[in-house]
Amino acid sequence: MRRFLLTLLTCVGLAAPALAVNPDEMLKDPAQETRAEAIGRQLRCPVCKTESIEESDADFTKDLRRVVREQVAAGKTNQQVLDFMHERYGDFILLRPPFKPATWVLWLAPPALLILGGALAFSVMRRRKGADETVPLTAAEKTELEALK
Amino acid sequence: MIPELGQFALVLAALVALVQSIVPLVGAARANARWMAFGSSAAIAQCALIVVAFLTLAYAHIVSDFSVQNVVENSFAAMPLLYKITGVWGNHEGSMLLWVMILAFYGMLIGVFGSNLPRGLKARVLAVQGMVGLGFLTFILATSDPFARLADAPPDGQGLNPLLQDPGLAFHPPFLYLGYVGFSVAFSFAVAALIEGRVDPAWARWVRPWTLAAWSALTLGVAMGSWWAYYTLGWGGWWSWDPVENASLMPWLAGTALLHSAIVVEKRDALKSWTILLAILTFSLSLVGTFLVRSGLTTSVHSFALDPERGIFVLGLLAAATGGALTLYAIRAPSLKVGGLFQPISREGALVLNNLLLSTMCATVFIGTLFPTFLSAIGVTVSVGPPYFNSTFLPLSIPMVAALGVGPLLAWKRADLGGALARLKFAALAMAVVVAGVYAINHRGPLLALPAMAGAIWLIVSAITEIAARIRLGQIPLAHSLTRAAALPRSAWGTMLAHAGVGVMIAGMTGTALWTVERIQAMAPGDSVELAGYQVHLDSVGPVKGPNYDAERGIFTVTRNGKVVTTLTPERRTVHPQEQAVTNIGIHTDFLADIYAVIGEPDPGRPGAYVTRLYHHPLVPWIWVGAVIMVLGGILSLSDRRLRVGAPTRRPVHIHGAVSAE
Amino acid sequence: MRRLIFILPILVFVGLVAYFATPLLNQTDPTLIPSPLIDKPVPTFDLPPLPGHQKGLNSADLKGQVQIVNIFASWCIPCRAEAPVLMGLAKTAHVPIRGINQKDKPEDAEAYLRELGDPYTSIGMDADRRVSIDWGAYGAPETFIVDAEGRIRFKQAAPLTQADVRDTILPLLAKLGAK
Repeated sequence: MRRFLLTLLTCVGLAAPALAVNPDEMLKDPAQETRAEAIGRQLRCPVCKTESIEESDADFTKDLRRVVREQVAAGKTNQQVLDFMHERYGDFILLRPPFKPATWVLWLAPPALLILGGALAFSVMRRRKGADETVPLTAAEKTELEALK
Repeated sequence: MIPELGQFALVLAALVALVQSIVPLVGAARANARWMAFGSSAAIAQCALIVVAFLTLAYAHIVSDFSVQNVVENSFAAMPLLYKITGVWGNHEGSMLLWVMILAFYGMLIGVFGSNLPRGLKARVLAVQGMVGLGFLTFILATSDPFARLADAPPDGQGLNPLLQDPGLAFHPPFLYLGYVGFSVAFSFAVAALIEGRVDPAWARWVRPWTLAAWSALTLGVAMGSWWAYYTLGWGGWWSWDPVENASLMPWLAGTALLHSAIVVEKRDALKSWTILLAILTFSLSLVGTFLVRSGLTTSVHSFALDPERGIFVLGLLAAATGGALTLYAIRAPSLKVGGLFQPISREGALVLNNLLLSTMCATVFIGTLFPTFLSAIGVTVSVGPPYFNSTFLPLSIPMVAALGVGPLLAWKRADLGGALARLKFAALAMAVVVAGVYAINHRGPLLALPAMAGAIWLIVSAITEIAARIRLGQIPLAHSLTRAAALPRSAWGTMLAHAGVGVMIAGMTGTALWTVERIQAMAPGDSVELAGYQVHLDSVGPVKGPNYDAERGIFTVTRNGKVVTTLTPERRTVHPQEQAVTNIGIHTDFLADIYAVIGEPDPGRPGAYVTRLYHHPLVPWIWVGAVIMVLGGILSLSDRRLRVGAPTRRPVHIHGAVSAE
Repeated sequence: MRRLIFILPILVFVGLVAYFATPLLNQTDPTLIPSPLIDKPVPTFDLPPLPGHQKGLNSADLKGQVQIVNIFASWCIPCRAEAPVLMGLAKTAHVPIRGINQKDKPEDAEAYLRELGDPYTSIGMDADRRVSIDWGAYGAPETFIVDAEGRIRFKQAAPLTQADVRDTILPLLAKLGAK
């Protein structure tokens, strides 16, 4: 717990600098650097837990960023780098939760709720609409109406 | 002495809240006029007492009374006065006091300005407000008393978190709470209506101004929080889907839905039980937010101290308030009479769609924020971050934006969709122009910018189109249109502003998310960097001293085509006594884009050089300008006399026939 | 049927309260990340020794008997609190404790060991944290138990206390067949 509080304080205090990546960490090729940053934005800082590794200024995260950049420079694909980190740190490090039974609720709930809600709203409105249909006048009622005019 | 006065006032306030919860409720059941009227007196007294308590705490902070534990933990003798004052609510205990003060403030307003309300309803509303107040006052007195004294007063305090030593703290929490807590009024109205067993258009008309006020305040509060994060945290980010940020977004989404469904109740006496449910849920989400921030359940840079004991207490309050209300709902709501009928394609239908989408968005944020916590309790660890929300929340906003443009143009009960779309041809034309323009300027940029900007302009032009349709612009002589415009109710202009404001916000979000230029490098004084057509030159870096900090300041001159645009002076500060590092960012805005400069650590590889991060954020000010426009719309609507009086006013008949239906 | 819809909100709410209450009452520390490397073989690595020492640490060293692996560093303050516990464990458990010295200067590491004692059978220097990352570590100290087949069976990403040794470490070592 103490370690957590200490690191949280560090992360909050040093969260100040922008993207925490330093010029000397950055890859020379801008396209590769952009790709590395995009991958980094998908990885949660395991130290701070509230930022991605691109934003965290913790010392440990510098090394995680370096590993990401080395792999990008070596030609690994985005998925390969993410898998590398996933193997070592588990689901926690992925800011986009993987789609598996434990996360079905997470991913399927929004569209399911939309569909269910829509169906509910529609059925309620249709039930009402049925009651609104004006019944056409019968012949006798029509004659009565004419007489009144 | 003074803090004890505050302590005493707080205990008294709790007692008054207790009486306020019981007497008017019994009075309403027994039709006893004096007991019902007692509610107003109690509400005023409760507010006055809590204000006294708050002022005594503020006094203790201002004079740096270090015998009060709250002052020791959150203040520092050398701290500027502004932060001593705002620091009162920069901690758990003080912010809870602000919370109940605003709750009591709303109760007082109902007591004083609610003369148009039927006595029974007013009494019940105040009783429910009293119950909520009692719950939270008990929470404060039992677990979070700000007036606790220390036997040995230390010579100085521990200081306020440097990140909170900012004008943002002066505005963000108060407005946030005015919003959050303001939804308690809608909640109280809903519970009162359930107790009475009656929801009618009059009820909706009475609820609307309170909901609108709370909504406007919350919009401003959330926007200010976002702006504060932008200019403080240094990553140019303005929203990170952090659990505490989400906790303020959820009541906003539900509150927006509530605002709109209440219109249907008022105009068409329909969607009653749904609106009641929403009113209960919106405030419940505020309570959930309060719970999340203080219970340590989710990790966030935003959280107050982790404390499960407090968490359990707030959970108990949440269970009592929401559980009680929802139980009452289950029992009473089925007997509410079903109201006006309407076709799916109609203004009501569009508002139902609005509510459906907003509720789904709210539920998505809820699940994304809380599901990981639940999973971790059963041993599964999963993390949910911005990528999840971007994949689930953003797609929902697409139909939302589309419908927002068309909805206000549909007639009540049964609408001509084709006609409405025909009137929107200018909006469609504007979309085409914008898409072409964006493509021409930025064809190498992300393609997502095209539909996003199209959506933004669609919202702005369609909002204006609605007004144009009402004043029959182009169909009747201009002078007559202008007369109509002058006679339009303020709420019509308010709606236009609020909807157009959303468009402006979307444009701002798109610009900064997709077109930001970033330059990170080591610079020594004399170096220059090109940034989106500007030249940024580092003039010097030198030490600077502040009232409670030491800093290193970099001076940047920004030029364009040789002409000086601005001078930026970002700093890297070490704040005492915590010796914590904070950055002060240099920002220049011309309201079309921001130039954003951060001076970082000295570069180890090159003596005399510093790490500098320079950003060009196009359109980013529009995020907050858009929010302000939305708030102005809300305030304008609030000032519409019809809302406050609660009865339709007679308007002079116009030369050209009846005023168009709303 | 219509009634059912009105009862739904309170039912969902009761479920939610239970859902909120569970983590609160269980008091799980939200800061500890479970490791996916449990029951997996130790990562392949080969770390150089401290200057002046013969042996470093490599993955081959971790086969053949139950062992403890501890990540430490001189700049790590909780490691200092843990050091006496490790010293005690080295004496009582008769199980080799291997050290991974994370991102440290050799002279600082030497000074640390001189000051707080050296419970380690051998130490590998992980100067760029690469091996720590392979072990799924995200700081220091972290302690692992490796079985005789070279599989990671336990990880604790927090300093060891006497209670941890008594209640978790020693029983697990016994279960894995250490003497």
